[in-house]
Amino acid sequence: MQKKIIKSSIILFIIFIIGVFFTGLNKSSIYDTKNLVGQKITNIKLERFNNNRIITEEDLKKNDFTLINFWASWCAPCRVEHPILLKLNKEKNLKLLGVNFKDKKNNALKFLRDLGNPYDDLARDELGKYSINFGIYGIPESILINKDLVIIKKFIGPISQNDYTYIKNTVRE
Amino acid sequence: MLSNIGNTLLFLNLLLGVSIIYFAFQNLKTNEITVSKKIYHICLFQSTFIIICFITLVTAFVVSDFSIINVYQNSHSLKPFFYKVSGTWGNHEGSLLLWVIILTIFSFLFLLYNKHHPKNYRIYSLIIQNILILGFLFFLLFNSNPFSKILPIPKEGLGLNPILQDPALAIHPPLLYIGFVGSSIYFSAAISSLLTNYSGKLFAQSIKNWVLISWSFQTLGILAGSIWAYYELGWGGFWFWDPVENASLLPWFAMSALLHSLIVLEKRNLLYFWVIVLCLLTFILSVTGTFLVRSGILNSVHTFANDPSRGLYILIFLSLMIFASVLLLFNKFKNTSYNLNSNSKETFILVNNWFMIFYLITVLLGTVYPIFTEVLTDNKVSVGPPFYNTVIIPIVILFLLFMSVGPQAQWIKNKFYNLNLLLKILIGSILINFSIIYLFKEYSLLSNFIVISAVFLVISSLIDLYKSFKKLKKDSPRILSHLSFGFLILFIGLNYNFSLEKDFNLKLGEKKNFENYSIEFTDIKLQDFKNYKAVIGEFKINNSKENFNQSLYPEIRIYDNPSTITYEASIRSGILKDYYITMSNIDRSDYYNIKFQKKPFMMWIWVSVIFISLGGFLRLYQNAKKNY
Repeated sequence: MQKKIIKSSIILFIIFIIGVFFTGLNKSSIYDTKNLVGQKITNIKLERFNNNRIITEEDLKKNDFTLINFWASWCAPCRVEHPILLKLNKEKNLKLLGVNFKDKKNNALKFLRDLGNPYDDLARDELGKYSINFGIYGIPESILINKDLVIIKKFIGPISQNDYTYIKNTVRE
Repeated sequence: MLSNIGNTLLFLNLLLGVSIIYFAFQNLKTNEITVSKKIYHICLFQSTFIIICFITLVTAFVVSDFSIINVYQNSHSLKPFFYKVSGTWGNHEGSLLLWVIILTIFSFLFLLYNKHHPKNYRIYSLIIQNILILGFLFFLLFNSNPFSKILPIPKEGLGLNPILQDPALAIHPPLLYIGFVGSSIYFSAAISSLLTNYSGKLFAQSIKNWVLISWSFQTLGILAGSIWAYYELGWGGFWFWDPVENASLLPWFAMSALLHSLIVLEKRNLLYFWVIVLCLLTFILSVTGTFLVRSGILNSVHTFANDPSRGLYILIFLSLMIFASVLLLFNKFKNTSYNLNSNSKETFILVNNWFMIFYLITVLLGTVYPIFTEVLTDNKVSVGPPFYNTVIIPIVILFLLFMSVGPQAQWIKNKFYNLNLLLKILIGSILINFSIIYLFKEYSLLSNFIVISAVFLVISSLIDLYKSFKKLKKDSPRILSHLSFGFLILFIGLNYNFSLEKDFNLKLGEKKNFENYSIEFTDIKLQDFKNYKAVIGEFKINNSKENFNQSLYPEIRIYDNPSTITYEASIRSGILKDYYITMSNIDRSDYYNIKFQKKPFMMWIWVSVIFISLGGFLRLYQNAKKNY
C-alpha cells in the first residue's frame, strides 16, 4: 500500500512538472507576433525613467508613429540595434519610446551615456511586469504603432537594416 | 544538389534505424549466442551514412551553397574557412544533426566493444538506442531539417553571428555533445539491463568506460563554453549561472554521481537500482536541458533559438522517455537491504552522491523556478547568482572535506589510522590560509573556510599521490581529478577575493592612476580585416610596485555580414593574473569608456578543469590497457 502511494505520487509529480512545461510552452505562443499585429494596445501603464509620472495612452496618441523599444544594458543584441535606433531618431514622424527592461538604473544610464540616447521618451520596467502586456518575451523587441495605437509591426530581436528601411518607408508615407 | 544528397541520406538512415530494430528482434528469437553479422553491417552502414550526411552539410557550408536555407542564414561567402566549417554546428539544425551522429556512432561502438556481454543485453541496448535515434531523426527531418531549400536562391548569406566566430565556441558544441548525448548510451543500457535482468558487477563494467568518456568530454565542453564567455562576451568572469550554462551543468552532476556509485556497484555489487536511476537521470537531464534552452521557455541572455514547435516535440519525446523509464523501474524495482557500515568507502561514495544530488536539485530548482512562478502565478522572476552562491558555497566546504577523507577509506569497514595526519593537514591548511591573509589581504569568513578546505583537499591529494607512486597503486587518475578539483576551488576563491575592477572614461593621451596602477591611452587606429573593420585602442598599463609594463589593445569591431558591432576585450593572460580591458565609444564625445580588470589565477582555473577531465581520460587509458 505504502509503495503504491509513493509510486503514484512520483508519477503525479512528473505529470505536474510536464504539465507546467507544457503550459509554459503554450504561454509563449500567446505572445505570438502574428496575433498582435493589427490589434490596438490598451492599458498602457509605464513608469517614466527619471520621474514617477506614468506614461499613458494619451501620451502616445500625440505622436504620428511610435516605436516602443524594449532594451536593457545587459542585453548584447541591444547594442547591435543601437546604431539603427540612433538613425531612426532622426525621422520626423516617429517618436521613440524606450522601455528599460529588468535593468539597474545606473547600468542603463551608463549604456545610454556610452552609446548615445536615441529615445524621445524613456520608461522603466524594472521587474519586467508591464512589458508582458505588450507581449514581450525576450529583448530586444520593438513595436511600431500608429496614432490610433494600432500595432503595425512587431520586431523580435534586434532591428535589422531591412527593418530600418521598412520603418522609414512606413513612417514617411 | 547537396540538399538532395543530405535528405536522401537522412531518409536512408531512418530506414536503417527501422531495419536494425526489426533484425534485432529477429535475432532475439533465434538461439544463436552471438549478435548476427547482419546487424553489425547495418550499424556500420548507419554510422557511415550519417557521417557522410554531416560531411555533405559541412561541404554545403564550405562551398557556400545558399540554396540551403540553413547555410543562407548562418554563413557568408567571405567568412574564413574555419568558421564556415564550425558554422555547421553553430545553429539549431546543424547541431541537431551532430546530436544524431553521436547517438549513432555511440550505438555502433557500444555494440562493437561489449562482445563479452550477453547477447540479449546488447541487442536490447541497441534497440533502445535506435528508438532514440529514430526519434531525433524524425525531429530533424520534419521539424528542423538542416537541408531545407530556399527559393529563389539568394546571392549571399546572412553570415554567422560574429560572437559565435570564436575558436573556443567552434569546439564547444562537439565536446559538450559527446558528453551529454553520449550519456544516451548508458540510458539505453540501463533500460536494457532492467529488461534483461542483467545487473550487478558485469553491468557496471559494461558501461563504466562510457560514463568516463561522457563525463570527461562534458567537463571539457563546459570549459570551452566558459572560456568563450570570458573572452568573447566580455563579462569578465568564468561562470554566470545563466540557464544555458546550468543546462550543461545538470547532467554533469548526475554523471559525476554515477561515476562514483558505479565503483560501488563494480566492487561490492551494491546500489544497483541507484546506479540505474542515475543512468536514466543523466540522459533525461540532458534532454531536459535541450528542451529548456531550445524551446524558448526560458529567458536567457543567450537564448538564440526560440521556437515553441521545437519545444513541443522535445517535450513529448522527453515525457515518453521519462514515463517509459519510471514505469519500467517501478515494475522491476526490488527492495534490497544494503546494510552499509556507516564508516566505509561505500558510505563515503554515497555521501558524494548526496552532495551531487543536492547541487543538482539546487541548480535545477533555480533554473526552472521562473517557469513555475510564471505559469502558476503569472509572476515573472529571475533567479540570479546570489541564490546559487548562498546555497552552494557553504556546502562546498563540507564537500571538500569529505572529498579529502573519503578516498582513503577502506571498503566494508573502515578505521581511521591517520587521524593524526589529518589533523596535521588541517593545521597546515589553516596556516596557509592565514599566511595568504597576512601577505596579501583579508577576506570574508566564508572565503576563509573555502580556502582552508580547498587547501586541505589539495594537500591530502598530494600525500595520496606520493603514496600511490611509492606503492604503484593505480589510483593516480582519481587523485589527479580530486587534486585538480581542490585547486579549482582554491583558485576560484582567490580569484573572487583578489580581483580588481575599475570603470572610467579616458580620451586619447590621457592617463588614469589608481592604487599602484596607471593606465595611459596612447593610440587609436582603424584597421581593415577580412570580414570586419576594427577600431583598435592602445593602452599602456604600468604597475609602479611590481615594475610591470604592458600594452593592451581592446577593439571595437564592425562586422559587415551581418552588420554588427562587437566589443573585443583585450586580455593579457599571465601565469599569475590576467589583465583585461574593454573599451566602448561614447557618442558625441572624444571619451571612451574603459573597463579595466585584474583577475588573478584565471589561467589556473582553466588548467584545473582541464586536469579534472584529464583524470577521466587517464582512467579510460588505464582501463583500455587492462582489457586489451
